[in-house]
Amino acid sequence: MATVLFFGPARDAAGARSAIVEGTCVGEVVAATVTRFGEQFAQLLPTCRVWLNGDPATPDAPVGIEDEIAVLPPVSGG
Amino acid sequence: MDKADWIELTEGPLPVAEVLAWVVRPGCGAVDLFCGTVRDHSEDRRGVEMLEYEAYEPFVVPSMKEIAHEARRRWPEIGRLAFLHRIGVLTVGEIAVAVAVSTPHRAEALDAVRWSIDTLKTTVPIWKREIWKDGADWGLGATELSELGDVGLSGT
Repeated sequence: MATVLFFGPARDAAGARSAIVEGTCVGEVVAATVTRFGEQFAQLLPTCRVWLNGDPATPDAPVGIEDEIAVLPPVSGG
Repeated sequence: MDKADWIELTEGPLPVAEVLAWVVRPGCGAVDLFCGTVRDHSEDRRGVEMLEYEAYEPFVVPSMKEIAHEARRRWPEIGRLAFLHRIGVLTVGEIAVAVAVSTPHRAEALDAVRWSIDTLKTTVPIWKREIWKDGADWGLGATELSELGDVGLSGT
């Protein structure tokens, strides 16, 4: 279980800024977000980066309730 | 030589006049300042009135610091360096991002600023939403987030 944050278009697609999502590793949590947030979010996800506590994450990285996973769609700063 | 960096994320107007004065160093004969301003159109979107920027705020400054570190590695001649980005709602003509460096000679300043703004646009977690007369949507031409020295990981 971890907190998942959604930014930019991912926030619109998920319909939420953040959510507590089940799973024991990054890959499980991300898979659970796909089930929970539907097709529009699932389509956007492959273009997104996934960070764990501010760093790029690998799917097998273990997570707990204190951890923060961020779903970061293509960026458009500047 | 003074090698200070000024790196900031803010909701207020960017103090570009101060930045310009701050980067000037006695040993540097070149200052290059790039400002990205809010434009009134985007591809086929006409009449853009505002941009709303949002960020993964805790990681914007660290990410800009990494760019600064890499810029200094590539151009050791850099004297002072400033990267400032604004978030929140900005209207047409307002400055969203400022990048400035000073170097002894102009070629390095021009190259370093060009590389820095290009890198900032692909590695810093910031998103813009365009708001026009009868609609609003996320910015076109967004780039998949890259890591400096790392390809990152896709979501699945």
